[in-house]
Amino acid sequence: MTSAPDIRSGRLASGEYAEAFCDLHAPLDPHEARVAAERCLFCYDAPCVTACPTSIDIPLFIKQIATGNARGAGKTILDSNILGGMCARVCPTETLCEQACVRNEAEGEPVIIGQLQRHATDAVMASGRQLYKHGAPTGKRVAVVGAGPAGLSCAHKLATLGHEVVVFEARQKPGGLNEHGIASYKSTNDFAQKEVDWILGVGGIELRCGQALGRDFTLADLRRDFDAVFLGLGLQAVNALGIDDAGLSGIEDAVSFIEDLRQSKNLSTLPIGRRVVVVGGGMTAVDAAVQAKKLGAEEVTIVYRRGAEQMGASRYEQELALTEGVVVRHWARPLAVKGESGALRSVTFATTAEKDGRLVDTGETFDLPADQLFKAIGQLFVPQVLEGSSDMLDLEAGRIAVDDERRTSLSGVWAGGDCVAAGRDLTVVAVEDGKQAALSINSTLQGLVPMAAE
Amino acid sequence: MADLSVNFCGIKSPNPFWLASAPPTDKAYNIERAFRAGWGGVVWKTLGEEGPPVVNVSGPRYGVVHGPDRRISAFNNIELITDRPLEVNLQEITEMKRRWPDRAIVVSLMVPCEEEAWKRILPRVEATGADGIELNFGCPHGMSERGMGAAVGQVPEYVEMVTRWCKIHSRMPVIVKLTPNISDIRKPAEAAKRGGADAVSLINTINSIVGVDLERMIPSPHTDGKATHGGMCGPAVKPIALNMVAEIARSPATRGLPISGIGGIETWRDAAEFIALGSGTVQVCTAAMVYGFKIVQEMITGLEAFMDERGYAKVSDFVGAAVPNVTDWQYLNLNYAVKAKIDQDLCIKCGRCHVACEDTSHQAITHLVNGVRHFEVIDEECVGCNLCASVCPIENCITMEPLVNEVDLRTGRLVDGSYLNWTQHPNNPQSAKRLQPVEPAE
Repeated sequence: MTSAPDIRSGRLASGEYAEAFCDLHAPLDPHEARVAAERCLFCYDAPCVTACPTSIDIPLFIKQIATGNARGAGKTILDSNILGGMCARVCPTETLCEQACVRNEAEGEPVIIGQLQRHATDAVMASGRQLYKHGAPTGKRVAVVGAGPAGLSCAHKLATLGHEVVVFEARQKPGGLNEHGIASYKSTNDFAQKEVDWILGVGGIELRCGQALGRDFTLADLRRDFDAVFLGLGLQAVNALGIDDAGLSGIEDAVSFIEDLRQSKNLSTLPIGRRVVVVGGGMTAVDAAVQAKKLGAEEVTIVYRRGAEQMGASRYEQELALTEGVVVRHWARPLAVKGESGALRSVTFATTAEKDGRLVDTGETFDLPADQLFKAIGQLFVPQVLEGSSDMLDLEAGRIAVDDERRTSLSGVWAGGDCVAAGRDLTVVAVEDGKQAALSINSTLQGLVPMAAE
Repeated sequence: MADLSVNFCGIKSPNPFWLASAPPTDKAYNIERAFRAGWGGVVWKTLGEEGPPVVNVSGPRYGVVHGPDRRISAFNNIELITDRPLEVNLQEITEMKRRWPDRAIVVSLMVPCEEEAWKRILPRVEATGADGIELNFGCPHGMSERGMGAAVGQVPEYVEMVTRWCKIHSRMPVIVKLTPNISDIRKPAEAAKRGGADAVSLINTINSIVGVDLERMIPSPHTDGKATHGGMCGPAVKPIALNMVAEIARSPATRGLPISGIGGIETWRDAAEFIALGSGTVQVCTAAMVYGFKIVQEMITGLEAFMDERGYAKVSDFVGAAVPNVTDWQYLNLNYAVKAKIDQDLCIKCGRCHVACEDTSHQAITHLVNGVRHFEVIDEECVGCNLCASVCPIENCITMEPLVNEVDLRTGRLVDGSYLNWTQHPNNPQSAKRLQPVEPAE
């Protein structure tokens, strides 16, 4: 055994990083796009549209691609989903639109809607054209907290409706999870920032980075200074493993690892363990595991406490991990970590089983040698950011409670994205939340719907 | 094994697949390759009269209609007749006939509409040993502006006159190639027959502009910024050709006149359809230009397999077999009724049948049943039009089921297998003579 810990950077030759972290799907060329588009049957009341949280008119945009009108296709997408470019890259289409595609019934293969959506939205981005403009001024000012998918979607829609929007972002860069929280091979060439720039290009939106709710301003400040407030706060904390980490080095949150990787200017300087264990079963677990492998880790193992069917990561994502050489072990949960000289050496797991609908330990244990352990067992909303207002802002299952229009229990305050109770932790759902909230805010500010009395 | 050999108005060939008069049959080199590949015959690219050869454009000669996967559904062309000297062509024809005595070599001809011109060229063609001639009365571009090709084919009197000259001044079988750029294809066919034609061949290409370059605002193909219409061929023209072949095959005036069918034939099945509607041979050009001469092997083996399966010993066993089933609309049985039926196990729920029927037809297919996406025919509304089955992307998912001794829920009428055509129908103001024969006697 080598001496602990074997965590180091530069596991690949310097030229190999670019290839390892290249686009997961190469963009379709125009001919490939037309051939793929031709498979769309232009369904009536199409199931794919119903399956899309933002209700993009998929048959129409695919027909537009088929006729060589890729930019028109892009507009069809962006009309429903202003982050259609990123959603084309990160949506688990295999469980949304592509799962609903009737071609599955016919031939077992859906139309590649996600890749076609990327083709169309890329055409808009490449044109450099702005498709939308700041609407006729209403004189109303709206504060949007969080420049992630929900906040950006809300801000953009509000701007097109003529409102003045100020977006407050706690981090130094906008984009939220698009910028910080997803695997880099899904968003290459700094796409997240380009998309943000394009969205802000509509006009009427002021972005203030480094401004955190609860630290630099309060919700009460916003309610005083603005006509309406939208909270797209995301999730602030990571679930704890519930074991004593004994202060060992080499134990990290997967989201931090992913964020560091996304923000790294030079991947060859990023340390990675020789043997990496990832605990969790969602997209974040897969993103972390695959990227650890791509950085040159020799052995990467995802350990999940239940079976493949219960994993939050889609079947496609699970297969992607396996293809990349990640080992996935089901039905085990971490019991303890062991270290030497203050550094992690191995993780002890208890094997689990389901008994009467409950997860129980079987009594068996095993050890996985590990230089690095990434925790990817979900994130938490931290209501403390709402400071004094949280007692008035109803929570549900630990997140902000909203109604169909994304109104919170507080008058003049809307919320959406991962911080709300109904959130499915998907970019596309956050975009829809932001859009619906903006429409509701607009109705309210225009006096179409009376604001609830305080 | 079925015998594919044919005797077409005295011209023998080992199979019914001929290459049509066109670029593939321009010279000995191509013909040699074609015969090696297995083609039963060729119609040599049209010869003109002695003298300075015609001049073709030195630029794009073809326009094309592509499917989204770049599969070619149609060509058009602005190429003229052969641009090689007459004597060179005649020598090569002689040589090819000597080398391939079992194959059919028919020579396409187009000279000015003067008896002397025909009288000069016919003996020289006959001297090559060619099996027959085909009169190019169809070429719709370029030559027609000079009073030849379609300019002749569009005037039945000229067709008859030139055909007669050829029969007088030659012993060879005469095939008259017809232009589709005319309202009633039976008229030139009848004229050819009156002139003594041994056969007709059809269709020649259709006047067409295949597309417009919207950047430059020029139709394609263009020559130095200007474009002209071309002759269209390929799979897209097949339905037009089939109808014209059938019209000649079933017309009392031309019934029995041998037909060489041409127009979008790409597979054995296309060829069999032309044969079933009365063609004794078929001619192919576009498929060879797209895929090369080897494509004939698919046609030969496919036709053999089909004939073996159906028990046809020779091609003539089914020439015209479908002709008796082509009739006028007025003789269709108006008492017959079908209903669309959707196989729910095959249905993929795309909804195309519903929206086609709902938006453009008879509102006879459901979209939701008890709030669930479900497509089902409403028999009370269905007229049996077949639109749903036509637009359904799944083969055999929607079938048209005849009503047999059942009440048609749309009309309330019992469908009892009786026959009533428009000439007999009470709604026909002119059906006073209702007791006349239901269909003209054969």
